[in-house]
Amino acid sequence: MDLRVTYRDAGPITVVDIGGRITLGEGSALLRKTIRDLLEDQRVKILLNLADVNYIDSSGIGELVSAFTTVKNRGGDLKLLHLTKKVHDLLQLTKLFTVFDVYSDERTALGSFR
Amino acid sequence: MAPDTKHLEVTLDTHVESVNLAEEMCLRVAEEAGFGEDDCYRIGMSVREGVINAFHYGNQEKPEKKIHLAVDLTPDKLVIHVLDEGKGFNLSSVPDPLAQENLLSTSGRGIFLMRSFMDDFDVVSGRTGGAEIIMSKKLPSGNSQPNGQGGSGDRDATPRQEL
Repeated sequence: MDLRVTYRDAGPITVVDIGGRITLGEGSALLRKTIRDLLEDQRVKILLNLADVNYIDSSGIGELVSAFTTVKNRGGDLKLLHLTKKVHDLLQLTKLFTVFDVYSDERTALGSFR
Repeated sequence: MAPDTKHLEVTLDTHVESVNLAEEMCLRVAEEAGFGEDDCYRIGMSVREGVINAFHYGNQEKPEKKIHLAVDLTPDKLVIHVLDEGKGFNLSSVPDPLAQENLLSTSGRGIFLMRSFMDDFDVVSGRTGGAEIIMSKKLPSGNSQPNGQGGSGDRDATPRQEL
């Protein structure tokens, strides 16, 4: 498995700790399933901790965008935490930094949810 | 082909796992050619995107179709060819993923990433009638392959592999 996912609750917010590669195939599929499961449990405030994500390809980027819009459409919010340099640069290159709320501090990120 | 060019080619199945295989193969060549970590990352990502493009858009995930990957290491650059068995496409018709209206698109960034990460990038009509992506990156300075080091002057002896 290329991707590892665990989650923990911080009040109404779910912090999803992700590690590995978000790429075409199992990695993207696991992220999709994680978001779907959380939404089924009415967990619509989601903070994706990408501290241990060392690689994302265009399929993974698409999955992040899909997660963002799906959660937004359910009236929730999805934010990103602790980007590695590679992921940071990739989001900047693709202008997705203007789309996602990105944080480098978990406390600040949790406090930003309404 | 120039006598001092190393050539390697493989035929890949239209399968998700081919994306990883292609990336690993090209990364080995890139490392051997002296590219640093950052350039290897860019080359590996570009190969992934090229093969994903062939897998998904070109061959439309049809298992009976193949993906043809070729790598040429010349004295001054690494050239990668990814050929599918689809119907081809016009590069100018690919939407700009940076346009405001496309930012939330869940696909369509592969070509952009390849263009961004490689020195040269083009798409031509290949021998199969499908699209052939041709992209290259200059070798890092001081790591140019000296003439003659690339073999005897013929194509590399590596056989065509069915993966």
